[in-house]
Amino acid sequence: MKIIVAIKQVPERDAPVRIAANHKSIDETDLNWAMNEPDAYALEEALQLKEKNGGEVIVLSAGPERVGSTIREALAKGADRAIHVVSDDLGSRDALGVARLLAEAIKPENPDLVLTGLQSEDLGLGQTGVIVAELLGLPHSTLILQVEKTDAGIKVKRELEEGWFQHIELPLPAVLTIQSGGNKLRYATLMGIKRAKMKEVRSVNAADLGPATAPVLTLEQISLPSKQKSTQILPGTAKEAAAALVEKLKFEARVL
Amino acid sequence: MSRILVVQEARRDGNARFFQETLAAGRRLASSTGLTLEAAGVGDPNKDIFLEITGPTPASGHAIIHPALETYTPDGYVLAFEQLIRKLEPAYVIFPHTYQVRDFVPRLAARFGQTLIGDVTAFEDGPLFIRQLFQGRISARYRHEGGGPCFASIQSGAFRNDSPNGGTMDIYHFTPEIPADALRTKPSEPFRGSAQTVDLGSAQLIVSVGRGIREAENLPLIESLAAALGAEIAASRPICDNGWLPMERQVGSSGQSVAPKLYLAVGISGAIQHLVGMKASQCIVAINKDPDAPIFEVADYGIVGDLFEVVPALTEAVKAAK
Repeated sequence: MKIIVAIKQVPERDAPVRIAANHKSIDETDLNWAMNEPDAYALEEALQLKEKNGGEVIVLSAGPERVGSTIREALAKGADRAIHVVSDDLGSRDALGVARLLAEAIKPENPDLVLTGLQSEDLGLGQTGVIVAELLGLPHSTLILQVEKTDAGIKVKRELEEGWFQHIELPLPAVLTIQSGGNKLRYATLMGIKRAKMKEVRSVNAADLGPATAPVLTLEQISLPSKQKSTQILPGTAKEAAAALVEKLKFEARVL
Repeated sequence: MSRILVVQEARRDGNARFFQETLAAGRRLASSTGLTLEAAGVGDPNKDIFLEITGPTPASGHAIIHPALETYTPDGYVLAFEQLIRKLEPAYVIFPHTYQVRDFVPRLAARFGQTLIGDVTAFEDGPLFIRQLFQGRISARYRHEGGGPCFASIQSGAFRNDSPNGGTMDIYHFTPEIPADALRTKPSEPFRGSAQTVDLGSAQLIVSVGRGIREAENLPLIESLAAALGAEIAASRPICDNGWLPMERQVGSSGQSVAPKLYLAVGISGAIQHLVGMKASQCIVAINKDPDAPIFEVADYGIVGDLFEVVPALTEAVKAAK
């Protein structure tokens, strides 16, 4: 099976989020970057499918130069090669604009399966994989926890709301968005890291994948969210704060 | 282009609350744009989806009826809604932000050259659509450019349905054309995950743990606090993804929804997927080292500090107070 995994580089989870002076983006100074966690689960599913059924795993990522480090991480974990769509202005594209880039990069590869995480941890749009399926004219399914190869195609386990699940059969080629938690994530081994340096990373300029169309959605402004409740922050040392909290829970909130 | 179409989704549990909220959002948009509100949904109009509307009634309802739509598939729903939208030409199409909507609406919108504005929490005049970024740490205002239709989905709990008086509306049947080979995915019957042995829904006190705990080896800290309080233990998704606690203890959109007297969130940043499962709790306490963590937006009491110091101190204080 030839599998393409679309991964996104996002700010590290604990990174401080500061609003840039233009009030339209976050300040990227001194920011550390990491692989979007749902995409890491998509990569893991792809690697396990390859181990069971043979084939090839190709990682695909769009973004500026810095994205290279996340691509190397995926190669070190076991992907065979990579495609880097080089773009310095992804932020000015909406989900459809980004999906167009990815779909154009995927087309010439003719994969059997395209996987990606169900959403990104930064923008949280949760749409890119589904739109890529539409642009490629392929069937899709979302929130997938398990993928199994069958004679006719694949059988997947889809998460529904509130503890319900469902099995779905799809023909190949197909696009799936992967939910976290279906597998245990692997770490890159030292040998894997060494090998990754030898693997092919093909760079494609975004401009060569077709003209950028005007976005349908524009970001007007970002700000810190407004508070829904007035929170009493209990000051002092851990011991003082803990004692104050118990007092409040007993005599003010009356929940103890 | 003079309509706002609000789409209803038939729920397994028959709960129409979310649809009422989506209608409330549609009314909000209708009053700021001067457009007419209409409803649409898949299914038998007499049995199902249009019976439970409260508040000022939409001008009309569109019931999409086709045997191929009895079971949900993204291919079937995209085709059906594409044809209804081409016929009605609404300016806005508003959905509840459910797993089903996330599954097919991005594809539907792309077919119109559009992008869904997902998980909207509020509108401002313009209209501007407000949604969260960075797991709730940032609030963003989006504007829809150019021609329509504009697709948006509404976050659960974001709009209150406060119009109790209902009425009747004219229902129109719509039968889409769905070729026999159009449905490429074959779904089977939904099933419940492993038998639930923990009913967090009826717990009065819950201590819930998130990524801040760092390692499974640190969980006894939380267990001691829960034991001192007589509380159930719950967790955010990453803890269960890692297998540190069973999935049935997960609170949030993909786990259980809870509303205890006391919800004590330890080391949980408060991504929206978690908040929707616990924000109805009577009293919420957050312990987190990051003063900007979104969990503090819904907390009644907060301690900003290292949970490895605060939790043992709290366990002692609870024991001392008993």
